[in-house]
Amino acid sequence: MGGMAAPQVAPVETPDTDEVPVSDRPWVTIVWDDPVNLMTYVTWVFQKLFGYSREKAEQLMLDVHHKGRAVVSSGARERMEHDASQLHAYGLWATVDRS
Amino acid sequence: MFRRQGDRYVADLALDEVRVLRKVASEVVGLLTDGFDHSDPVVGRLFPEVYPDDSASTAEFRRYTEGDLKTAKIDQAGAILAALPDSSGEAGGEVRLDAEAAEAWLRALNDARLAMGVRLEIKDGTDLGEELDDAVAEDPTSSRVFQLSVYAYLGYLQESLLNALID
Repeated sequence: MGGMAAPQVAPVETPDTDEVPVSDRPWVTIVWDDPVNLMTYVTWVFQKLFGYSREKAEQLMLDVHHKGRAVVSSGARERMEHDASQLHAYGLWATVDRS
Repeated sequence: MFRRQGDRYVADLALDEVRVLRKVASEVVGLLTDGFDHSDPVVGRLFPEVYPDDSASTAEFRRYTEGDLKTAKIDQAGAILAALPDSSGEAGGEVRLDAEAAEAWLRALNDARLAMGVRLEIKDGTDLGEELDDAVAEDPTSSRVFQLSVYAYLGYLQESLLNALID
């Protein structure tokens, strides 16, 4: 993928990740690649919605672009549905799944 | 194309641009009101199935979120219509947006591009220049030539607004 050093697993970081047992956060929001959305726009949406740094948002965008999909958030099911709905408002193709 | 002026985002639009933007924003509103139909692939793209393998959960999700999402998309298309200069005269005019309107424009331009992208069958790796050359060679007066040109224009406009916003 064009010399980009991408991690094998999309990074998912939330401030309190260490304190929450995995079994209590079994859901993820996934963003899928699509041929229309501009790369700069997708990066901007990730920064805007999730407060991610430019670097992290860009890496997620590249994961979406090159791997076809990336996990952009994880947590309780209701939270993921909220995230997906927000992403839909920005026109990103988001789904919710078990992690 | 958009540029930043203090805390405003400004573009000088020709009359053709004003008319095209009014047309595409109105079409999005139409799609979300009169013509709303989940079996339309454009609606399918703007309102994706949140659980692709679970239609019952998708329907449940839609029951709770779709009304708000539809309203948000109509409002953001409305933000384009509200900020456009009058196009009844001979000339275009200036669009001047605050940060909130600029973000609504970004989302609405994206919705319009998604809708056109589905209709034009834009794929990963589609070369817009090539598509346009082919369409022109076939029939320079065709609707496809016009639609492809509008699609390309909306992309440039969206990118210029985004760059002005990020700078």
